[in-house]
Amino acid sequence: MSAPRVAVLAVQGAFAEHEAVLQGLGCETFQLRQRADALKPFDALVLPGGESTVQAKLLHELDMFDPLRRAIEEGMPVLGTCAGLILLAQDVREEGRPSPVRGFGTLPVAVERNAYGRQLGSFQAEGQAHAGLPNREDPVPLRFIRAPRITSAGEGVEVLVSLEGQPVCVRCGDQIGCAHHPELTADARIHERLLELIP
Amino acid sequence: MRANGMTEQGIQGKPAEERLALNRELAQMLKGGVIMDVTTPEQARIAEEAGACAVMALERIPADIRAAGGVSRMSDPVLIKRIQAAVSVPVMAKCRIGHFAEAQVLQAIDIDYIDESEVLSPADDVYHIDKARFSAAFVCGARNLGEALRRIAEGAAMIRTKGEPGTGDVIQAVRHMRAMQQELRRVAALDEDELFEAAKQLAVPLDLLRAVHETGRLLVVNFAAGGIATPADASLMMQLGAEGVFVGSGIFKSGDPARRAAAIVKATANYQDAELVAALSEDLGEAMVGINADEIQLIMEERGQ
Repeated sequence: MSAPRVAVLAVQGAFAEHEAVLQGLGCETFQLRQRADALKPFDALVLPGGESTVQAKLLHELDMFDPLRRAIEEGMPVLGTCAGLILLAQDVREEGRPSPVRGFGTLPVAVERNAYGRQLGSFQAEGQAHAGLPNREDPVPLRFIRAPRITSAGEGVEVLVSLEGQPVCVRCGDQIGCAHHPELTADARIHERLLELIP
Repeated sequence: MRANGMTEQGIQGKPAEERLALNRELAQMLKGGVIMDVTTPEQARIAEEAGACAVMALERIPADIRAAGGVSRMSDPVLIKRIQAAVSVPVMAKCRIGHFAEAQVLQAIDIDYIDESEVLSPADDVYHIDKARFSAAFVCGARNLGEALRRIAEGAAMIRTKGEPGTGDVIQAVRHMRAMQQELRRVAALDEDELFEAAKQLAVPLDLLRAVHETGRLLVVNFAAGGIATPADASLMMQLGAEGVFVGSGIFKSGDPARRAAAIVKATANYQDAELVAALSEDLGEAMVGINADEIQLIMEERGQ
């Protein structure tokens, strides 16, 4: 079998970090910057950290939104981290009010943007791995950077990583969303889980 | 307590290394984006809607600071707070070089990033702020690798070119970015035993230089700043190796700020696509008039070396 080909949204944010992890796992990666990129064939999709307002705006204005949403709806394996989780979430709130960010809305979770406050609220922690991840006795290093919080999860949502009993990384079908940044740590288990979703 | 009022561990008691890592990581999240100078909550909203990945809250943009002359200081905290309330993207603000009390004030109002900036009047002509003592993140200007590594040694979590602020002339930013990239390549190519002398010449700590030598990179994110006024300027700086751009006076000193801001954001995301940059450059209205950087009296880029 040839190397999996993973598309990484690259309009803004920490996309190079995801590419480095994926290449370390033997994947071929390419960057999605405009519509023609989104129409190329790929086996999995990564939505990186960054500013979700910017990413959502550029997804629409550079005409990538519809082909990518269609791909996700048709079962394309996708990993969204931080801003990427916000793009995937069905319900996005800011200070309790609906957010203006227009994402894909395909993952049945509710998230609160900037839930831990501004940069001085950013933090590191160790999370608990659950059954969906290998070596679950090993803690998961977590980085939260002006992070969103998963406030509720719908039916069929499996928790992959939790922190103090609250979900921080979840999977539903072929979609994985995390509030933290696995691409900034040496633990590649979440990226490996994404690649396992490729048929 | 130390002389600058901070404890050994920083204000919130988190280990300094962990804070520095988190602050460097926020800069990583800003990559590929455009950080825009704004002076009102209304401008901040226009910038956010145009796709700014962060905003720099200022009382006056650099072109007006230059025009006004006199002493230029940190902005009124109430202005910064109003801008924080107006947008959801990170908010940065400037303090004077060496003015650690202004930096403490900015940290106290929960700023996302402090720019210890040569655009304001320097408060100290010898010492920069000991940024490692703070929990807040700092970005600093640098004209070359030596300046950049000295700022990183002091605790800067992000670097930008200094440009010549407020002129609308991109030549200094180009000069600084080229100098940086050339020196990064040169250091990467040195032999191990040549690093000692190189560290001495550059006046930088050996351990930082060794890390540059091993990775071929600057250790923190490096943005372009100074004189960027058009989509092509942004594309130029990205092609020269910038990881994102600051746009100061170039947006709100132009004819149609919202349109120009959105065009610069898209050009930064697709800097290698000349056809798209061409389309984005059409009909933007009047660009900032600008001042030729050779014709000015006050050279800000030489502040704080």
